[in-house]
Amino acid sequence: MVEMKTFKLKNKLGMHARAAAAFVRVAQKFHSDIFIERNGQTVNGKSILGILTLACPLGGMITVTTEGEDSAQSMAAIESLIENKFGEE
Amino acid sequence: MTTDQGKKTFVLKGIGVSPGVVIGKAYRFDPLDSQVSFYKLSDNASILHEIDRFKNALKESSRQLSEIQDNLKKTKVTEPIYILDVHILLLSDKKFINRTINYIRQMKINTEWALRMTLDHYKQIFEGLDDAYISGRISDVQYVVKRILRNLSGEKHETVWDTGYEGVVVVSHDLSPADTAQMKMDKIIGFATDTGGRTSHTAIVARSMELPAVVGLDNVTRFVLTGDEIIVDGTSGLVVVNPYHDMLKRYEDKKRHYDAARDEYLKYAKLPAVTVDHYHVQIGSNIEFIEEIPSAITHGAECIGLYRTEFLYIYREDLPTEDDHFANYRQVVTEKNLSSSTIRTFDLGGDKFPNYQKQSKELNPQMGLRAIRFCLKEVELFKTQLRAIWRISALGRVKILFPMITCIEEIREAKRLLEETRREVLERGLSIADRMEIGAMIEVPAAAVIADQLAKEVNFFSIGTNDLIQYSLAIDRANERVTYLYEPLHPAVLRLIKGIVDQAHAANVRVAMCGEMAGDPLCCLILLGMQLDELSMNHLAIPRIKRIIQRSSLSESKKLLEQAMTYNNAVDVRAYIQDYMSDRFPDEFHKKEA
Repeated sequence: MVEMKTFKLKNKLGMHARAAAAFVRVAQKFHSDIFIERNGQTVNGKSILGILTLACPLGGMITVTTEGEDSAQSMAAIESLIENKFGEE
Repeated sequence: MTTDQGKKTFVLKGIGVSPGVVIGKAYRFDPLDSQVSFYKLSDNASILHEIDRFKNALKESSRQLSEIQDNLKKTKVTEPIYILDVHILLLSDKKFINRTINYIRQMKINTEWALRMTLDHYKQIFEGLDDAYISGRISDVQYVVKRILRNLSGEKHETVWDTGYEGVVVVSHDLSPADTAQMKMDKIIGFATDTGGRTSHTAIVARSMELPAVVGLDNVTRFVLTGDEIIVDGTSGLVVVNPYHDMLKRYEDKKRHYDAARDEYLKYAKLPAVTVDHYHVQIGSNIEFIEEIPSAITHGAECIGLYRTEFLYIYREDLPTEDDHFANYRQVVTEKNLSSSTIRTFDLGGDKFPNYQKQSKELNPQMGLRAIRFCLKEVELFKTQLRAIWRISALGRVKILFPMITCIEEIREAKRLLEETRREVLERGLSIADRMEIGAMIEVPAAAVIADQLAKEVNFFSIGTNDLIQYSLAIDRANERVTYLYEPLHPAVLRLIKGIVDQAHAANVRVAMCGEMAGDPLCCLILLGMQLDELSMNHLAIPRIKRIIQRSSLSESKKLLEQAMTYNNAVDVRAYIQDYMSDRFPDEFHKKEA
């Protein structure tokens, strides 16, 4: 099963270290492979180094793909994380 | 310039990220590096062994960081915990781990070497990122690599934080929260780091612990050894390593004022120092570095009453050129929040100049060939500075002040050279101010005695109390066996100062004071009673002095002075003033226990 969704980052600093760490923590809870794509570059959503090197700023768009048996659940968790601005503010 | 122990003084400029001034011993915190060795692996068995070694180091590093994170959660520092989380995640990052293992396997190299290659790989990627914040995160990768290396070496982990010193300033290339979490915070009094900015980990930790910190010093770690004396001025963003005696004294003064200053004072600091009966005293700041100006203005300085120019000469191999002087002064005189700047020509002895060092050492340099005496011997050196001061006069209101004037001939000769350089600058077609006020430092007792004569030569006096007191009372302030005799309230000192002011005023000459006494709250009404026109001091002393002046009157100050001058010894003078001030300003002065 594959899920794919595009998000706009709303938290102040974009995908900075704190947000990236939060993303990895969520992604690691699931069996699915999770990928993030931005400007043609795709990285593993469970790798903090990968996410940091995307350098996605405030207002930047990212496309998340989840692949695996719990792809729907993982996508829902990621969506709520991004919508809640990674728990900041 | 060197300290008494012959250690070289360095002043480094960085970013002050947590305010305050501390003086202490340096502790070089150096988490690693030196003993890392690189080698090739000979067979498959050793490759497998190497990969195990790497994985064990990863595991141990993770364990340590989790432990630190748990400890940190118990303290009041909450901000940086997420960075530890980032570090823990890096330690389990598959890309990071696999890349390193691949290097080990394919290139048959040890883990240390492979880690260096992995780090270099990510360095390149991070450097290529546009986002400055994200590309700065390479420091987190570096940090993690360092920790793994430390665990690889089997070295005992630096939980021991014991230098034997009581107050230490931590000097490091950079600090992570994990580093600081291991430190015994109660022993630390400040931080100085090579890298970092306002939001770096060091800054956050320092602010939350309310300890002064300066970061972004580039190479403080190159200049400092554990045990060196070090000053961290987090308010101005300066770090002084091995300060020489006078500078140390000034910073001790500064520290005292900083500790005494309260936020409420700043409310009144912007208002002028006018007494209730409308006597106005101009308040200036003494500065040594341009970096001190913003803080001086916040603390209520109306002008720069004394700009010491010695440092232009000290922190370099060659002599400063006219343009060097000009570029430096420009930053002082173009500051629009200041009404004027008094530039004091350099007060140095020959030992600070390369060509002179070979000459025999003076037994008593304080009374030797220095300041104006040296300038009048080394005319070209002096004229370079004078020309720069003329040129800068076109850009803002500048006054010139000659140090250590002892006799009429010296001030006349200095003025002649000033006129000569004025013509030289004009001949080059440059514009300069129509006139520039000329002042003489009154710091030699002989000058105080002939103040009436010197007053005919200048527009203003500036009383340098530190030297005036030391020369009058024959006390070497650097000699701890006699410093107890140093007493600004000695009747002789009071008479000397009053004489200077009276003679100057009789000749319509303004009188400023720029010694430590000017910033001493206890002496404030005494000086007010003498009707000094300007008090220039360490800027941290300004708010308190202004607050006292704003609440007092000239008439009471005159009465206080008159009474104080009836005593024949300093003990009585001090007791009387102490009593008066603590009755008058109970919130400022505590009554001395009887």
